[in-house]
Amino acid sequence: MNLDSARTLLRRHLREAWRRAVQTGRLIVGVPDYDTYVEHMRRAHPERAVMSYEAFFAERLEARYRGGGGRCC
Amino acid sequence: MGSVVSKFGWAAFAIFGAFCLGTVALHRGETINATWLVAASIATFVIGYRFYSRFIAERVLQLDTTRATPAHLRNDGLDYVPTDKWVLYGHHFAAIAGAGPLVGPVLAAQMGYLPGTLWILVGVVFAGAVQDFMILGLSIRRDGKSLGDMVRMEMGSAAGVVAMIGVLTIMMIILAVLALVVVKALTHSPWGTFTVAMTIPIALLMGSYLRWVRPGKVLEVSLIGFVLLMLSVWIGGKVAVDPSWAPLFDYDGKSLAWMLIAYGFCASVLPVWFLLAPRDYLSTFLKIGTILLLAAAIFLAAPMLQMPAITRFIDGSGPVFAGNLFPFLFITIACGAVSGWHSLISSGTTPKMLANEREARMIGYGGMLMEAFVAIMALVAAGILQPGVYFAMNSPAAAIGGTVQEAAATISQWGFVVTPDMLMQTAHDIGETTILHRAGGAPTLAVGMAQLLHGILPGEGMMAFWYHYAILFEALFILTTVDAGTRVGRFMIQELAGLAYPPLKKTESWSANLIATVVCVAAWGYFLYQGVVDPFGGINTLWPLFGIANQMLAAIALTLCCVIVVKLKRERYLWVPAVPALWLVVCTLTAGWQKLFHDDAKISFLANARKFAAAIAEGKVLAPAKSLEEMQRIITNNYVDATLTALFMLLVAATAVFGVRTILAARRTAQPTAHEEPYVAMATVQS
Repeated sequence: MNLDSARTLLRRHLREAWRRAVQTGRLIVGVPDYDTYVEHMRRAHPERAVMSYEAFFAERLEARYRGGGGRCC
Repeated sequence: MGSVVSKFGWAAFAIFGAFCLGTVALHRGETINATWLVAASIATFVIGYRFYSRFIAERVLQLDTTRATPAHLRNDGLDYVPTDKWVLYGHHFAAIAGAGPLVGPVLAAQMGYLPGTLWILVGVVFAGAVQDFMILGLSIRRDGKSLGDMVRMEMGSAAGVVAMIGVLTIMMIILAVLALVVVKALTHSPWGTFTVAMTIPIALLMGSYLRWVRPGKVLEVSLIGFVLLMLSVWIGGKVAVDPSWAPLFDYDGKSLAWMLIAYGFCASVLPVWFLLAPRDYLSTFLKIGTILLLAAAIFLAAPMLQMPAITRFIDGSGPVFAGNLFPFLFITIACGAVSGWHSLISSGTTPKMLANEREARMIGYGGMLMEAFVAIMALVAAGILQPGVYFAMNSPAAAIGGTVQEAAATISQWGFVVTPDMLMQTAHDIGETTILHRAGGAPTLAVGMAQLLHGILPGEGMMAFWYHYAILFEALFILTTVDAGTRVGRFMIQELAGLAYPPLKKTESWSANLIATVVCVAAWGYFLYQGVVDPFGGINTLWPLFGIANQMLAAIALTLCCVIVVKLKRERYLWVPAVPALWLVVCTLTAGWQKLFHDDAKISFLANARKFAAAIAEGKVLAPAKSLEEMQRIITNNYVDATLTALFMLLVAATAVFGVRTILAARRTAQPTAHEEPYVAMATVQS
């Protein structure tokens, strides 16, 4: 493996790690991954309208505080 | 060949763990480095995870990698989403970790570091992590249903109502006791009060920014909020020494309690995007960041434990909480060893996002091990303080007197040498006027953290900055729990009241909402106010109630696990949930019984009420009360607390009876009777 391809590989790993860190950061405040949602809607319900990110965010915000488990002591 | 190497490796690791634990347990006399304690804990966690959680996964729960999880079956891209296991681990840990594991171990340090450490390690491996893991494993086989729904389904609707009442009462006690921790930390502390007050405008700003300027940019706005927050900690230091500004943020406990009650009401009726959600972002990120910071500080500083392994207070005469090692240690440290509350998270959002059944082990069992590690760190932070300073901070005025001279004399008499100068110097170092009677864990942890961080990053006045940073971090996420808890409590009250009078159930009706919110705030507000005016310091009274309530919920969850194990015809593994369930039932009932009927007025609510009633009959005023009116209030509060204790005992007993009844019925049938969803192969739903 030459230096260039090693560098691209490293860059790809770092980008992936960052993506996951951001995903975790969003999920711990109750916002799941938007791309996953869009992909799911396209695949499973192509006939339904897909929410914009803003609408998706607002919907998740309401859902987080709707009741249910809450959080720990 | 590989398996031989692996067996040798594990045996060597087990010996290393045993050696660390032996060093911690048998070391006497001189001080010991905290690294031993940390190493012993990590070894215990790794071995427990590798062997016991695997046993539970394979034999008891029989997790199946080919079976589709609710996240695949009901995938909607919102609640039900198959999620990467590390991402989900972060989510689950952030949801279960709160103030509990930081407060309990600090209070329990009065008996020395050893009893608390042993209970956290044994408790988490055999009880806490088992509960979290099993409830998660059972919930994914039931469409991600909640604890209450599972209890109703498997044990009948009466048991379901018992669980619902249990959850609601524990919620009220949690909110009251956590709010009390904040009050104790902020009383007559202009610096702390200013910083915490500033979180409100910061949150409003963040909320508006997210709504109108950059919708949905959570991480960006949290970063802005964090910078403003640090700025307010720094400005707080200036405010505290300014003669014209400081009095504006200098309050006694009663005023702070009323402010918190008013705040809790407002925060829970305002739209969530405005105040609650942005604070939630700040507090969640700050919490995770600070836990990492604390871990790094302990590893880097490798501090010595100043607290003895065992103190004389294991006999039950301690000033921080009254009562013998058994059962009260096991009540005081709830979160960290076993926390019933987690069963709500394990059957809440997490099971709906699990991508594969196999991952329940890492998330459920592994997540709880991490919380136990937080509890161990809190214990270390309390243990590195001079014991004299620790007792000065955590004892009520009734036990050590109101001045540094009295406190130093009393505590030195107990055998923990401390001078008035040391107490004043500590207060001065952290930028406060006094450190006396600040029970509740937060201030003690903050002083411990400040000393650790100051040891690594020294600098003029930095100790005071770190102290107030730590106070802010705890106050911020406790207040978020109070807001969110009041909202959740409101929904629970509406659901329960709806059973009796259906219109109250309508969550879109403003009047039903307001009534339920007022009831909810009044319930926890009552206990908060009672704690603030309590001459014994409040934490002394309320924390055991909280512990009993939390362990009661764990007993309910583990009983459900027992019932399902029997219904699945896996009786030979019944001991896995049954041993911890039985232990918790014994602990809660014994502690409850002593809280009611013990002869010692320091332990028993009823004995204390009788003592004050007898004094009133003779027309005498008993210290620390100052008037007959105060005496009367102490009596009333004691009766309220006694009633609540009796209610908790009744709920535990009722659940045990329902559990045994269902188990006996299940044994009479030859077929499995558990209500599992039918098997669907992963291959048929995955695309």
